[in-house]
Amino acid sequence: MKIDRRCFLSLGIGAAAGITLSPLPWKITDDLSIWTQNWPWTPVPPDGKTINKKSACQLCPGGCGIAVRRIDKRVVKIEGLKGHPVNDGGLCTLGLSAAQLLYSPFRIQAPVKKVNGKWRKISWDDALATITTKMTELREEGKAHTVAGIIGGERGTVSMLWQRLFKAYGSPNLMRNTSMEDAYSLVLQKTQGNRVLPGFDFENADFVLSFGSGLIDGWGSPVRMFRALGDMKNRQAKFVQVEPRLSNTAAKADQWLPIIPGTEALLALGLIHVILSESLYQVRFVEQHCEGFDNFKKMVLETYPPEQVAKATGIKVETIKELGREFARAKNPLAVCGRGQGLTPGSFQETAAVHVLNALTGNLGEKGGVLAMPAGPEYEEWPEVEPDDVAAEALQQKRLDGAGGDEFPDAGDLPTRLAQVINTGKGDGIQLLFISGANPVYTLPDTKAVQKALAAIPFKVSFATHMDESAEMADLILPNHCFLERYEDVPVAAGLTSPIVNLAVPVVKPMYNTKHVGDSIIAIAQALGDEIADAFSWENYKTCLKETLGDEKWEKLTEEGYWVDEEFKPVPWKEGFKSAATKFIFPDPARLNHPPVSASGDAKQFPLTLIACDSMRLAGGAVGSPPFLIKITPDSVLLKEDLVVEINPATAADLGLKEGAQAVLATPKGSGRVRVHLDHGIRPGLVAMARGLGHGAHDKYLAGKGLNTNAFIGPVDDPDSGYDAAWGISASLAKA
Amino acid sequence: MSTADDNEREVHGQETDADGGGHDSGTTVREGGGFVLLFFIIGFAASLVVGWLIFPNLLYSQKKQPFDFNHALHMGEVDNGCESCHFFREDGTYSGVPKLAQCVACHEDVQGDTQDETIFVEKYVSKKREVPWRVYSRQPDCVFFSHAAHVKMAKMDCVTCHGHIGESTSLPVYEENRLTGYSRDIEGHHLENLLCLKKNTADRMKMDDCAECHLEKTGRKTSVQTEKDGCFVCHK
Repeated sequence: MKIDRRCFLSLGIGAAAGITLSPLPWKITDDLSIWTQNWPWTPVPPDGKTINKKSACQLCPGGCGIAVRRIDKRVVKIEGLKGHPVNDGGLCTLGLSAAQLLYSPFRIQAPVKKVNGKWRKISWDDALATITTKMTELREEGKAHTVAGIIGGERGTVSMLWQRLFKAYGSPNLMRNTSMEDAYSLVLQKTQGNRVLPGFDFENADFVLSFGSGLIDGWGSPVRMFRALGDMKNRQAKFVQVEPRLSNTAAKADQWLPIIPGTEALLALGLIHVILSESLYQVRFVEQHCEGFDNFKKMVLETYPPEQVAKATGIKVETIKELGREFARAKNPLAVCGRGQGLTPGSFQETAAVHVLNALTGNLGEKGGVLAMPAGPEYEEWPEVEPDDVAAEALQQKRLDGAGGDEFPDAGDLPTRLAQVINTGKGDGIQLLFISGANPVYTLPDTKAVQKALAAIPFKVSFATHMDESAEMADLILPNHCFLERYEDVPVAAGLTSPIVNLAVPVVKPMYNTKHVGDSIIAIAQALGDEIADAFSWENYKTCLKETLGDEKWEKLTEEGYWVDEEFKPVPWKEGFKSAATKFIFPDPARLNHPPVSASGDAKQFPLTLIACDSMRLAGGAVGSPPFLIKITPDSVLLKEDLVVEINPATAADLGLKEGAQAVLATPKGSGRVRVHLDHGIRPGLVAMARGLGHGAHDKYLAGKGLNTNAFIGPVDDPDSGYDAAWGISASLAKA
Repeated sequence: MSTADDNEREVHGQETDADGGGHDSGTTVREGGGFVLLFFIIGFAASLVVGWLIFPNLLYSQKKQPFDFNHALHMGEVDNGCESCHFFREDGTYSGVPKLAQCVACHEDVQGDTQDETIFVEKYVSKKREVPWRVYSRQPDCVFFSHAAHVKMAKMDCVTCHGHIGESTSLPVYEENRLTGYSRDIEGHHLENLLCLKKNTADRMKMDDCAECHLEKTGRKTSVQTEKDGCFVCHK
């Protein structure tokens, strides 16, 4: 008897048998599988009480109501507000991902000052004192007018406070961002007599003709437009899209007319020609409620016969004639313009031609037509500002951007001209610039020129929430609360058919040491003293907002989140217009009888044409896309870091480019490396580029991805209004 | 069993002999057989001890709660049973373990003279810190469970799943599974639980236990509301 190898083998076998009959292996296997589902480094959201808050989205002018779900103090979901007159529970991708903006690591967390090129935190008192000292000095030197401002919107109390501060202080140079609403509003003023905003009754139209408007690509109020277009399909209303590229909107249309870009105004005038020459217009409207019809008719009949229009637009004569007839014979036809999302105002010629097209069919103020909407809800009036002598004198100065001046008397704001004015050294140089609710370095065309112009301004103050391109160039940042942390009224226009104002409320307490921009304005004004302080007697922004809205609206707004003017009724054309003659005044023929705004650039060096295109998957304006949007941007738009441009296979063959090939895109304004995507849905000779990429700032999910359209396309002053009428630019594309 | 084993080995040895192998080797096998068997038994017995007794104790670490809590005492003070503190919110969601805000109404100052009360008031109430209770019934985060569906709609008693914790005068030791991080109450405390046998519903709360009860009560392993059977009914 001895202990050998077999004994130990036997021990092992015994142990294995014993273990198998014990719970150990089975329990470990089970626990390991559970362990893999519960790795301690996997974040688990804490549980808590669910709180729902009603608020308003402020990320685009669409005016959606939002329902924000919180678990204890944390925002976890943003959805559309059910029952809201604009979006009734729906919400776009940007609104849905807005919680990522609130919790973005690129929020500006405290007031900061740039010292030797680096940001240094300072106190609010020091930040505000720096501004007021500077403003007081400039006023004493008689340079009040050299204080300028670029702000996001015209309506709402924050914008009203900015206007009031500039008036009381004495500077005419407050500029706000412009859009297609400005071009429309000017046309409505010229033809109907008051500067109102357009409302479009898509819900009752039976024939919609869109001149390049991205009706489901973010034009107007996006969620409402999705619904309206879906509803039109159910009603079997016809929808015709005129656009050089097969956009999502064009793809959903009943008829797509791939027009030569920039000639939309000519097509509208060609259609007017068909309607006039075949007497298809609303006779009673023309005979009883119009002025200047004969001159206008003569001009159109002489200059825009369909044969000539066909040549210029690339659309067949028969198609133009048929479209003109069909449009005029429809019961409730509606024509709209404003390219893409309508971020660029567009030319007076185009907007006026489209408006006249509507007018001739007798749809103004009618069901399914174009309505004249008030420029905002009625608020409690503020006492009139009494500018002191210094301010009164400074206000006599001409605006730097030329708006309201000799050259462009009709324009309200022309921020797109600012860079050019500063860079050519015209006018007194701006000494102090406020940037609030805007990101001009990213959104204004011709980025290089804008950067150069801003660099020439000695002191720039930004009120940004996130470190965007303009904030990066500023000298001082007074960070505003994020829109989910602040009170603000949001009057909505966006082509809706009833006046609506939403109320944004703080759904969470401010996370950082930020201040409401309204409170900053009031604090600055009160520190400036005398008459300026007198004009700002409110204790804080919330008091101001509450008083301005009035008790009734405030109560309704805090309860429901929105207020609709139930009494508003559109005025049908039969009841006359607001103009002095109470008639519709046809636009001056001279303003329409000229070639349309063309793409700038030498045709030999730049044989192609670059156009920008908008999409619901990217935010193209001042707000940078949150990471979720970059996730849903397809590879045919952004491939890793590379911007992908769209060209027709025929163009690609000419250039020797294949799908996915690298190329260099160049325009008179800039150049950059891109990849190409071939698509039959774009006219040959065109290059399409997505708007909303190429950010230099913001977070790592957005910065450095793709290229910014504004770095390639420069502004073109519309000869009739001064508004930016650029729709593209000459370009070249070559193998890299 | 051991006899049969020996016989087998003997037979094997004889076969070897028949094949012309050495007689000695057969004797060695027979001689060594006792040890082989002994070692087998030792290995077998030792691993059974390890698997059944040592391993379950090693798997769990014993953790104490921040301080003790007397459920029975509180039950005497409230009117609405368990739901007085473990209530349903207005929207139907379940509040779970009470937050500090619910306790401070009575416990702003030290009540009575227990040390646990002193710890509670001084460490948590006065510092406004939430008590980091270890929750015996915490399920993995991916498990969806609606208290409202079971308590309000199916009219189930708290005791059915949670046992008689409401009558306890002190909190049991929290045994944490070192691998999964979950309480032993989910997996069961007793040996019979490990053998998939259990006496009370509350003894174990794993996935099979959900299914078993659903099958018993409704005749199918589905959600009562959605009547759907599939992973995503519970795993969200």
